[in-house]
Amino acid sequence: MNKERLRETIAKRVAMELKDGDMVNLGIGMPTLVANYVPEDIDVTFQSENGFLGLGLAPTDPESFDPDLVNAGGLPASIRIGGAFFDSTQSFAIIRGGHLDITVLGAMQVDEKGNLANWMIPKKMVAGMGGAMDLVVGAKKVIIAMEHTAKGNPKILKECQLPLTAVNQVDLIVTEMAVIEVTDEGLVLKELGPEATVQEVIDATEAKLLIPEDVPRMKL
Amino acid sequence: MKKVITLEEAANLVKDGMSIMVGGFMGCGSPHSIIRTLEEKKTRNLTIICNDTSRVDYGIGKLVAAKQVSKVITSHIGTNRETGRQMNEEGLEVELVPQGTLAERIRCAGAGLGGFLTPTGVGTVVEEGKEKMTINGQDFLLELPLSADVALLSGAKVDTKGNVYYEKATRNFNPVMAMAAKTVIVEAREIVEPGEIDPNHVVTPAIFVDYIVKGENFHE
Repeated sequence: MNKERLRETIAKRVAMELKDGDMVNLGIGMPTLVANYVPEDIDVTFQSENGFLGLGLAPTDPESFDPDLVNAGGLPASIRIGGAFFDSTQSFAIIRGGHLDITVLGAMQVDEKGNLANWMIPKKMVAGMGGAMDLVVGAKKVIIAMEHTAKGNPKILKECQLPLTAVNQVDLIVTEMAVIEVTDEGLVLKELGPEATVQEVIDATEAKLLIPEDVPRMKL
Repeated sequence: MKKVITLEEAANLVKDGMSIMVGGFMGCGSPHSIIRTLEEKKTRNLTIICNDTSRVDYGIGKLVAAKQVSKVITSHIGTNRETGRQMNEEGLEVELVPQGTLAERIRCAGAGLGGFLTPTGVGTVVEEGKEKMTINGQDFLLELPLSADVALLSGAKVDTKGNVYYEKATRNFNPVMAMAAKTVIVEAREIVEPGEIDPNHVVTPAIFVDYIVKGENFHE
């Protein structure tokens, strides 16, 4: 699967998790693409942790770029009718206080216990956690949107090796190969990607997967 | 009217070695004129408290790139390659704080509180050296207040008493930082007479603001 199709597959599948009325925060990178695939018949509000609700799509005309209106990645953004601006303490009261229905983030590693690592690789890359630690602790549902492997190496592990972002907070993992639910019993393979077989998913996953009798394909 | 000062006077209030809070999120809502003046004056050995270190050529990131900073307390450094490089090679001290925790620590300092309990960071490196408390069965970290010598902020309209009105996503950390520093300086895009800002629209009341300075460049 080429990169573009892969990203589209993941974003489309994550978008199917959104329900009418949901308040949602999308992380930087691939999670941002989810906004492009929200079903037209539902109303979803996106939060931008730099301080507003009602995040809209990026302006297409560069002339209309307003430096006072950027998303959490510092990129041009827009605000939808009915949106609201607020300061960082209120933004994180929304986030930490359990007022968001869903947060969608990327990850470097996820494990069987729903632990997540996505903010640093010791001695290599230190980005900082930004708002991620608050988001995964506070949102009602945490969805990880990521490629199934990194350069062929599994990212869904028995136990995260990198410094954690949070413990036991991940609810659902969506990759180009699979939808995997984190349960008290372990990781359950719920759906297969457009081109993957059960065996391929098992081979690309270090963690133990619980495999139901019937694993349907994603209905994209 | 004594509150209105020049950019030069504002920069002179920041001395070598001071801790400064700087409003803004990826440079959006930062006091760009004051930052430029500090860059020209080569004020150094600063401790910067800011959401992120922006980019090497924008906002507070420029002071990092110019090596005027000895310590940063921030949630994210990944967009400024100089922050990471100086941390690894030149001993720049970096304290990474989850974004919501950063905002709330600042709020505690401004609100006269001794600290607060947050679930963010439990089970991660963030908990190192901190007191962990269990309240009603849930684990929390005790986080302590964070104050500074000077806060450098930015507002769209500021009246000569110091009441501040913000535009769009520029609000972010500005209102909370206004409460937490010994000296608070707001860079105004426009300085207006008292009464020209509807009291209903004041976000930061004048009581928190010591000085006002007219900005010259807003997005460089």
